[in-house]
Amino acid sequence: MGRTLAEKVWDDHVVTRAEGEPDLLYIDLHLLHEVTSPQAFDGLRKSGRKVRRLDLTLATEDHNTPTLDIDKPIADPVSRVQLETLRANCAEFGVRLHPLGDVEQGVVHVVGPQLGLTQPGTTVVCGDSHTSTHGAFGALAFGIGTSQVEHVLATQTLPMAPFKTMAVTVQGELPAGVTAKDLILAVIARIGTGGGQGHVIEYRGPAIEKLSMEARMTVCNMSIEAGARAGMIAPDETTFAYLKDRPHAPRGADWDAAVAYWRTLRTDDDAVFDREVVIDASELSPFVTWGTNPGQGAPLSAAVPDPASYTDPSERQAAERALEYMGLTVGQPLRDIRVDTVFVGSCTNGRIEDLRAAAEVLRGRSVAEGVRMLVVPGSVRVALQAMAEGLDKVFTESGAEWRHAGCSMCLGMNPDQLAPGERSASTSNRNFEGRQGKGGRTHLVSPQVAAATAVLGHLASPADLITDPALAA
Amino acid sequence: MEAFTTHTGRAVPLRRSNVDTDQIIPAHWLKKVTRDGFEDGLFEAWRKDAEFVLNRPEHAGATVLVAGPDFGTGSSREHAVWALQNYGFKAVVSARFADIFRGNSLKNGLLTVVLPQETVERLWTLIEHDPTTEVTVDLLARQVRAGSITADFDLDENARQRLLEGLDDIDLTLRREADIAAYEARRPSFKPATAQV
Repeated sequence: MGRTLAEKVWDDHVVTRAEGEPDLLYIDLHLLHEVTSPQAFDGLRKSGRKVRRLDLTLATEDHNTPTLDIDKPIADPVSRVQLETLRANCAEFGVRLHPLGDVEQGVVHVVGPQLGLTQPGTTVVCGDSHTSTHGAFGALAFGIGTSQVEHVLATQTLPMAPFKTMAVTVQGELPAGVTAKDLILAVIARIGTGGGQGHVIEYRGPAIEKLSMEARMTVCNMSIEAGARAGMIAPDETTFAYLKDRPHAPRGADWDAAVAYWRTLRTDDDAVFDREVVIDASELSPFVTWGTNPGQGAPLSAAVPDPASYTDPSERQAAERALEYMGLTVGQPLRDIRVDTVFVGSCTNGRIEDLRAAAEVLRGRSVAEGVRMLVVPGSVRVALQAMAEGLDKVFTESGAEWRHAGCSMCLGMNPDQLAPGERSASTSNRNFEGRQGKGGRTHLVSPQVAAATAVLGHLASPADLITDPALAA
Repeated sequence: MEAFTTHTGRAVPLRRSNVDTDQIIPAHWLKKVTRDGFEDGLFEAWRKDAEFVLNRPEHAGATVLVAGPDFGTGSSREHAVWALQNYGFKAVVSARFADIFRGNSLKNGLLTVVLPQETVERLWTLIEHDPTTEVTVDLLARQVRAGSITADFDLDENARQRLLEGLDDIDLTLRREADIAAYEARRPSFKPATAQV
């Protein structure tokens, strides 16, 4: 019987396999950041161990870093200590680090791909659940906890229990104005936050093949929001073209050998997935979340659902709690929801194509009175590219704030946060209670919806800007 | 890692599904660089409500958490496990756990027990009816016992042995040093490297 893409990559990394034991998997790339690594380095120190493969390890600073006044000392003393701890650990153990202020600094899942380190057929881990992003290249990439970070630092391997495979096949073509973000939000709403549990998802089908690398990263990024171990997309010409000539891409004969190998990384025709979900892309439209988990989403054209419509009692109760927390009423059109803040950025939607999409909507328009809009590039390189294209001017002229690279408002670890009761439209990945700041309310959206929402002050898509008579004039 | 064989203690019924790791330990607690001192951050936002089940005096000192399905979703933060342990929990029961959370738990000796939702409901009813009910989580017998409830649970044998013996994963892997070196010797030259070392 044939094998799936995930099984092929897994098999190529098995160091030891024995009956009754998890496989020991070799890790090709280990990415570090300041939040989940300090206790791991402490563990190494206590046991007198070293980092086994410094040449397969890279650290960056992202979660705690401010996006304003980055040349000044970090105001929060606890955040400062965490960043200083990473710097001291990297210096002591010899790990390559891109700290705040460095040209290669940025969100860890933006930095790896743009350097060309994330490659097809590799295993990639990081102490961060959104490591699934790297699966867009046909890598087997998954988030790990701090104990596993220490394990990889010490051994460059991980004992891993077997996984199941799931195909999410996206037929047809995404309609104009519908993005990768809308697609993945719709997938999560369909299969649920636990739907992918124990599985590696392979996204496939014509609509996936048409996506750019950055759009594929958006899709794979949120695999964890469906509970999946990882998300993957088979590498193809789009992947190879993206990687060619990146700083760490193979060169010369190595490039040819790599591409020859990468071309073998496709699910065999006779391979069988443990589960298969089929989505028709042509039926999709801009999609937003209304609740407090990423599975609680609906088309922008819909209304806030009635919890009574759920047959499962725990889903019903979760929906009731979510509506109370979010301050929404049953039957309220989603388009009527007014926001205080709009955030464009994160490892989900902080790359150059995302910024271009948001800028395209904002060009010649203004952010609505009383709305704060933050645009935060995913890395310094993305920021430089955006500035070279004049996008920063588009943002600032429309009234948005153009910030320095980092995780920013995706999570409440740095100064960019919602105040209690504040509501955001956010291109990030999690709408959990308090995720963007204590008491904050989050609606997950695409960059295009974020920008249109900023202009109108309520959840909206770019199409609404044209149909609005005040703006069409 | 601390070994886990069997544990008996009172329990807390947490009637919520999709308890994500941001609720278990909010992000601002993640700035700490130690593995301890997270107990006050556990369910921090929910504990501001005096009626929240963890605040109820009848559940003070409980060591087993019985939660709704999809416990531990979201972030990979191991701090969620440390917070539960720092607070005093030895085991968590749920119909479904997020994969990364479960892996992190087992690495720290916090036992995650998967039971059918129907059994979880029966445990909730039992504990709510009599909060002094003692719940036994027996890893040797792979069984949860409380009042008249006896429920067997699955855990793969390898993970169970590691927990029972409190084995250190890194030590075990380092015994395979020769295998790791042999694998490294046959890795293709086109594989990425972060730097020339």
